[in-house]
Amino acid sequence: MIAFVIRRLLQSLIVMLTVGFVAFSMFNFLGDPINNMVGQDATEAEREHLRHVLGLDQPFYIQFLVYLGNALQGQFGMSYRLGMPVVRALAERLPATLELVFCAAGLALLVGVPLGVYTGLHRDRWLSKVFLTLSLIGISLPTFLIGILLILVFAVYLGWLPSFGRGDVVDLGWWTTGFLTVSGIKALILPAITLALFQLTLVMRLVRAEMMEVLRTDYIKFARARGLTNRAVHFGHALRNTLVPVITITGLQIGSLIAFAIVTETVFQWPGMGLLFLQAVQFVDVPVMSSYLVLIAFFFVAINLVVDLLYYFVDPRLRADRAVASGHG
Amino acid sequence: MQNEPLLRVDGLRVEFPGRRGTLVAVDDVSFDIAPGEVLGVVGESGAGKSMTGSAIIGLLEPPGRIAGGSISLDGRRIDNLPYEEMRRIRGKHIGAIFQDPLTSLNPLYSVGRQLVETITTHSDISEKAARDRALALLQEVGIPAPERRIDQYPHQFSGGMRQRVVIALALCANPRLIVADEPTTALDVSIQAQIIALLKRLCREHGTAVMLVTHDMGVIAETADRVAVMYAGRIAEIGPVRDVIKNPRHPYTVGLMGSIPRMGHDAERLTQIDGSMPRLTEIPAGCAFNPRCPYVFDRCRVERPDRMAVAPFHEAACWKYADGVGHA
Ligand SMILES: Nc1ncnc2c1ncn2[C@@H]1O[C@H](COP(=O)(O)OP(=O)(O)OP(=O)(O)O)[C@@H](O)[C@H]1O
Ligand code: SF4
Ligand SMILES: [Mg+2]
Repeated sequence: MIAFVIRRLLQSLIVMLTVGFVAFSMFNFLGDPINNMVGQDATEAEREHLRHVLGLDQPFYIQFLVYLGNALQGQFGMSYRLGMPVVRALAERLPATLELVFCAAGLALLVGVPLGVYTGLHRDRWLSKVFLTLSLIGISLPTFLIGILLILVFAVYLGWLPSFGRGDVVDLGWWTTGFLTVSGIKALILPAITLALFQLTLVMRLVRAEMMEVLRTDYIKFARARGLTNRAVHFGHALRNTLVPVITITGLQIGSLIAFAIVTETVFQWPGMGLLFLQAVQFVDVPVMSSYLVLIAFFFVAINLVVDLLYYFVDPRLRADRAVASGHG
Repeated sequence: MQNEPLLRVDGLRVEFPGRRGTLVAVDDVSFDIAPGEVLGVVGESGAGKSMTGSAIIGLLEPPGRIAGGSISLDGRRIDNLPYEEMRRIRGKHIGAIFQDPLTSLNPLYSVGRQLVETITTHSDISEKAARDRALALLQEVGIPAPERRIDQYPHQFSGGMRQRVVIALALCANPRLIVADEPTTALDVSIQAQIIALLKRLCREHGTAVMLVTHDMGVIAETADRVAVMYAGRIAEIGPVRDVIKNPRHPYTVGLMGSIPRMGHDAERLTQIDGSMPRLTEIPAGCAFNPRCPYVFDRCRVERPDRMAVAPFHEAACWKYADGVGHA
């Protein structure tokens, strides 16, 4: 167990170093950082001076080490566009994105898993067929189109929900939340549904496929032969066995939810990191872009780590003591 | 024969409706099992042994279905019960053991949990009492150090040990009948005999009747009281095990017996049956065995033989024994 955790931590570290290197390289490939800071009309001497002050005349690897050192201390430089530390800019936007992603993931699981179980257990009911057909639509419609359709119906036509922004938020000092106000929650509904829909259909289809697979196994037949109730067979034995793939996919999907929130945030003008990133791209605001990259990678890595640890709790076969199997007999 | 059968299967027919017509996997199968009796069932692959067993425990997989006949336990019909009522019978009155112990246990739960849940499903006792019973059962099926083993997971047990756990699970509500479908086929040859001996001993001690499906005539000879030989979905011959082995009547059984070498018999008896069992879609008219039968005659190709008595309690479905030959 400990060895496993250490191994996974090391792998994560390597991934983060690689991403860090890419993020660092962006500074050198996307325009001249000095130009970005001082503008066109600075003299050559001023530029040299700044170059020296910033350490840009140092060898490449030294610069990278300095970059890593700063990153470890939470310093990712100043945003060219906003004129404030990148970390602060991201920290301001992080709660909006994470709350949106959290709600979308929760929605996808809370609706997707039961639908998957239902359609997996009752393949031939007409309701299952309705769900499956709807899920096909959910999977094939692009996110922005779903968002726009929702806005059209619920914001423009019915006027029930706002079409953009985050509503009123409450500042808790280290976090701003929209959960505590009515307008905040109302504003969250449409973007969360938009972001969740694709994942929801994915989770539903995955759970359905896994359920059908597991229900064919010998241990399910044997569980029935032991006279266990349908509830115990379906939820105790079958569903539990579908969890490993569901956890994997969900974990990976939360990572991509954070990344793909960009589209949803744009459609709904949601003040999250995705929107910040898009604006940064327009201005070639390299510190923001590269830091966003590092942060997203960090989320992916962290979530993967958690997923791997969850396996241990779900599947006893992965736990360390596999050597105890007894001899013949 | 016996006064009150525990299980009575009468004219059982199992069908698989399909696009290209209906397949009849089990056709007009009838037999009784008396309390505590061991009925061996043999036959080539695809003969319908497992389907018969699945029909008895009410777990035919759709689209397979019982299309005719009846199954009664203690005089009560069980083939047409609603799912929930049949569920209460499964495990409690009829236990089942399947071929592969490696895949019969849920890998995610400890063997103790699987035992306890089965016990508490069928009787109204506390978790604690159920656990004590589980420990006693593990002991009974010969698992060393049950206190340590009970909380382990299936992957921590060897194949033979797992099949012992499966037997414990099948026995844990003290059923009166166990349907054991090739319980040792997947196991290492060296431990097959032990498992069969264990099953035989436990069932004798508990007075449990067994329908034992196997390919192994040796196992039948040693374990069963009676044997039913199935061919192409029907029972070709059924009778007391000694009688059938010593004096098989149906030409198919004769061939089967010929294919196991036995001591004290010369090589001439080791005849093999040529050809293979017809597929369900291509069962010939008349006797299903006629393309392979060395004794085939005209009637066999036209008319299907019913089972006829060939000796006391011993019947064969073969035209050779029409006209009461068996009563001689
Ligand atoms: N889902 C299905 N659809 C159609 N036919 C099926 C299906 N399942 C089984 N059968 C047929 O039912 C027949 C009886 O199968 P069964 O499993 O009872 O044979 P068996 O005697 O147990 O053979 P084995 O020794 O291989 O276990 C076979 O011929 C098989 O082709
Ligand atoms: S009925 Fe005819 S073909 Fe069938 S087993 Fe008897 S002799 Fe052979
Ligand atoms: Mg079989």
